[in-house]
Amino acid sequence: MNDFLTLMKPELVLTGIIFLLLFIKIGKGISNEHLLLLLQVLLLLNFLAGFFYNKPGSLFDGMYLTTGLIVLQKNILNLAVYLISLLFANWFKRLQHMPEFFMLMLCALLGMFFLISSGNLLMFFLSLELATIPVAAMANFDLDKKRSSEGAMKMILSSAFSSGIMLFGISLIYGATGTINFTEIPLQLHGSTLEVLAFIFFFAAFAFKLSIVPFHLWTADVYEGSPMAATSFLSVVSKGAVAFIFLSVLYKVFLPLQVLWYNLLVIVSVATMVIGNLFALRQQNIKRFLAFSSIAQVGFILVGISGSSMQGTSSVVFFILVYVFSNLAAFAVADAIATKTDAEEIDDYRGMNKTNPFLSWVLALALFSLAGIPPTAGFFGKLFLLTAGASKGSYLFIIIAALNMIISLYYYLRVIRAVFMEKNENPIEKITIEPSTKLALIFCSAGIVLIGLLSWIYDYIQSLV
Amino acid sequence: MPNTTLILLIILLPLAGFVMLGIFGRKYFGNTSGVIATSLLLLSTALAFYTAYGYFFKYGKVDGMYQKLVPFKYTWLQFSPGLSIDMGIIIDPVSVMMLVVVTFVSLMVHVFSLGYMKSDERFPTYYAFLGLFTFSMLGLVVSSNIFQIYFFWELVGVSSFLLIGYHYDKPSAVAACKKAFIVTRFADVGFLIGILVLSYSSGTLDFNTLIANLTSPQTNEYKNAIAASFLGMSALTWGLILVFIGAAGKSAMFPLHIWLPDAMEGPTPVSALIHAATMVVAGVFLVARLFPVYAIAAPSALNLVAYVGAFSALFAAVIACTQTDIKRVLAYSTMSQIGYMMFALGVSKYGGENGLGYTASMFHLFTHAMFKALLFLGAGAVIHFVHSNEMKDMGGLRKLMPITHLTFLIGCLAIAGVPPFAGFFSKEEILLAAYQHNQGIYWIALITSALTAFYMFRLYFKIFWNREHHPLHEHHGEGGFSMMMPLVLLAIGAAVAGFIPFGHFVSSDGTRLNTGFHLQFSIAPVALGLAGIFIAMWMYKKQNAIPGKVAASLNGFYKAAYHKFYIDEVYHFITKKIIFNLIGRPAAWFDKYIVDGLVNATGNGTEDFSATIKKFQSGKVQSYAIYFLAGAIGLALLFIYIWK
Repeated sequence: MNDFLTLMKPELVLTGIIFLLLFIKIGKGISNEHLLLLLQVLLLLNFLAGFFYNKPGSLFDGMYLTTGLIVLQKNILNLAVYLISLLFANWFKRLQHMPEFFMLMLCALLGMFFLISSGNLLMFFLSLELATIPVAAMANFDLDKKRSSEGAMKMILSSAFSSGIMLFGISLIYGATGTINFTEIPLQLHGSTLEVLAFIFFFAAFAFKLSIVPFHLWTADVYEGSPMAATSFLSVVSKGAVAFIFLSVLYKVFLPLQVLWYNLLVIVSVATMVIGNLFALRQQNIKRFLAFSSIAQVGFILVGISGSSMQGTSSVVFFILVYVFSNLAAFAVADAIATKTDAEEIDDYRGMNKTNPFLSWVLALALFSLAGIPPTAGFFGKLFLLTAGASKGSYLFIIIAALNMIISLYYYLRVIRAVFMEKNENPIEKITIEPSTKLALIFCSAGIVLIGLLSWIYDYIQSLV
Repeated sequence: MPNTTLILLIILLPLAGFVMLGIFGRKYFGNTSGVIATSLLLLSTALAFYTAYGYFFKYGKVDGMYQKLVPFKYTWLQFSPGLSIDMGIIIDPVSVMMLVVVTFVSLMVHVFSLGYMKSDERFPTYYAFLGLFTFSMLGLVVSSNIFQIYFFWELVGVSSFLLIGYHYDKPSAVAACKKAFIVTRFADVGFLIGILVLSYSSGTLDFNTLIANLTSPQTNEYKNAIAASFLGMSALTWGLILVFIGAAGKSAMFPLHIWLPDAMEGPTPVSALIHAATMVVAGVFLVARLFPVYAIAAPSALNLVAYVGAFSALFAAVIACTQTDIKRVLAYSTMSQIGYMMFALGVSKYGGENGLGYTASMFHLFTHAMFKALLFLGAGAVIHFVHSNEMKDMGGLRKLMPITHLTFLIGCLAIAGVPPFAGFFSKEEILLAAYQHNQGIYWIALITSALTAFYMFRLYFKIFWNREHHPLHEHHGEGGFSMMMPLVLLAIGAAVAGFIPFGHFVSSDGTRLNTGFHLQFSIAPVALGLAGIFIAMWMYKKQNAIPGKVAASLNGFYKAAYHKFYIDEVYHFITKKIIFNLIGRPAAWFDKYIVDGLVNATGNGTEDFSATIKKFQSGKVQSYAIYFLAGAIGLALLFIYIWK
């Protein structure tokens, strides 16, 4: 009983918050502003609590696992949600159904917590569904916009399809190995054709969640249609959670098929980076631009995953941490501009630094970090990923990845050039942002600069792996 | 022992300037920013000279060998017991020399800019950027860890990007800074992968350990690195070639030189600092830093360095003869001179007398920094005077600008290799090293040296002679004391720096190298140089028809050289026509007609929601599912049947 309370602490706290929200909703209700503040405080407390009283262990016959690393991963996701609640405060306050939105978001987060902790395929599947379906509802939250409903519809239909494929893969795995337990599966895997087929179907569903080419088609539409808070949740928190479980599934459960998945990763990672980049090159809409560039970023994450398990895990966890700060900052700036002025095209951003120097610099910093330019944290993230990938000795693969960094540099610079260097008669007007948003943006900027430079962060991650 | 605090101060003072001026400059310091930055750098320069004095004459030499000292080292990230990223300072002859060169030239540029940039509205920002650059360059030259050097290498690139694009309201400047950044980043990918290869084969990132591990044949690292081969070359050779690609990008070696002429869009003092004396020689410095590994473990990579250097030297010299923008002439001249330094390293061997090329290369780096900074600043003074970069707007300036004229002449004599100016000594050593080890390169170098004399004096006569009176009536003086003083100091440097017995201080293995003066050997290069000067004088001293006739008689070749041998067009062709058309277009087509087209099809003309739903079901989402399934099945087929 005691074990249950300490080991499942993050999930229990989160469930508590969800119930609290429910009671507030049924009861008299309180104003959005107070509720938001309350939620921010609770999320922050949950984040801080994540650093204390942790111990590794398992529950329910190995169905639920936790280790120091898993707690850290949950904390990173929790931090990201906390930042979202600050960064999009303006939108939240005006949202009519804010408690519902948060309930959905926290349910999805709860699903992700269970996902990362899952110890068998059943738990894995259930929590993956819990992590997906609320997000589709969140994507639908711009109720007056048709694109939002369209995006949500597309997302729910395609995820249903991908779940079907995954379930098929899972049943084949069960058929081949006779078990759904993560620790027993690797003992029964021998590389037969059936297992290869099962693994690839299983993999395809992962690829769908991570928007890996050729399973990425839904991404741009959903990103463009959804409200920015949902988009950033989808692109940062969902991606992060799936990448985390992907690490342990590949390194532990499917270790016997290592040669297979290494080759598979090389192929899809090259395709993802190249196609994500080529599409991002020609986007004019900032949301679509960020969507495609995030597809390319996932390609780099795969480079890190393809490395050996130690380096792969630590580099991916580190990269996601950096990615949380960089991508959320970029999305928040785009959102602040879009809600106030309806400007969503890159051309609209021309000459923005004259009127909005703060937002311009935050955006520039975030994009520099996403492009991987030193000394921002994004540079170290990319570097560790490439180093991890290089440990397998396939230099051609690393060269292709590095060349893709150059292509991405080109389009990130294009935005920065528009903001700082191009003239515009009517630049975007001066935008006032909420104090909490400003604080969060400063925090993100500090993170982008410091995470790379403070070497103990990477050391800490390495020590947990 | 070296004083760690003082050495750290040399590097950190410019950074302090950057932080201070970057944050408070525009609000609080305004026009005093220049003086603040200059005084900080003066202090830094004084400390650098003090350190150099201490190292070379007091504690540096032990048993007749200059030691590699590491007075400061901070372990920043520990990967495994042997492999760590450190931030450290290495003090050896090359880094001490570079400290002196960088701080001194930077100081001159700071002082010169006080006058040159006086009326600029972003004066504090300019000095902040200069401070950032100086800091990064100093950090680069003292790096004790190959990763640290990469870090500063990129930082140097960023600050160069900021300074080239300083006039950001000029579209050409914006295009130039972007081009410079992307071309050098492209090269840096080579460097980064090179670092990964080197660190995997040596098991360390620390320069001293890395060199030790990869140069002694009995270590396991050396054996493994030599044994592993890819396409007929050892992993180590590949790694070093990749590192050289990074160096070639920074140092504007053919074919990665295309950014340098365009980078002249930056303010002229910046060109003097970054694109003549310091950043562009970072590539040479890098090869010199890893020189023992190149020379001992991968002679074939060193050969590549030699041939790329020699070709770039000649290629750039030919182009320089035809350009009419004075800064572009100097830019190609820089590329040509760096080519000299590169091939001097390339023909050198490790240790003793055979290491002459190494010493010569570093010597030339040193003297070149003096006279090329001088020439650029002189050109800056001229541009300041006539408000144009084009030769046709100049001519007859010698009486109007006497100090600039005289110092520029000294710079030209130095680069042309006329004794007893500095360039003569360093170039003689390079030619001698080439003569001893590679006759083919020697002849290329000899021709280049004649061309150098020709184009530099073409420049000189076109600016200061060519017509009797400059049409400019409004005479506003040559520029104040702040602009003339650096010219005079650098001219003194360019005149006397050659007498330094350089081999006593800097050599490939740290021992004393006696470099003699060989009268017989010097006859040919000096005679050729003088011939080049006289031809330039005959053609350009007075306005006449000869240059036109010569250009006409060389018609095709002249045109090609004038258009820089169409290298930019080749790149343009590759990027636009091949990459864009073959890959970009189909991808764009796919996105436009398949993805966008379907979006439009679903978006347009649907009034009620149910109709939209129908369209989803009949078109788009279904096609997503088909792609999804096709992807999964395709991968399954690939791995089950083809790639088992």
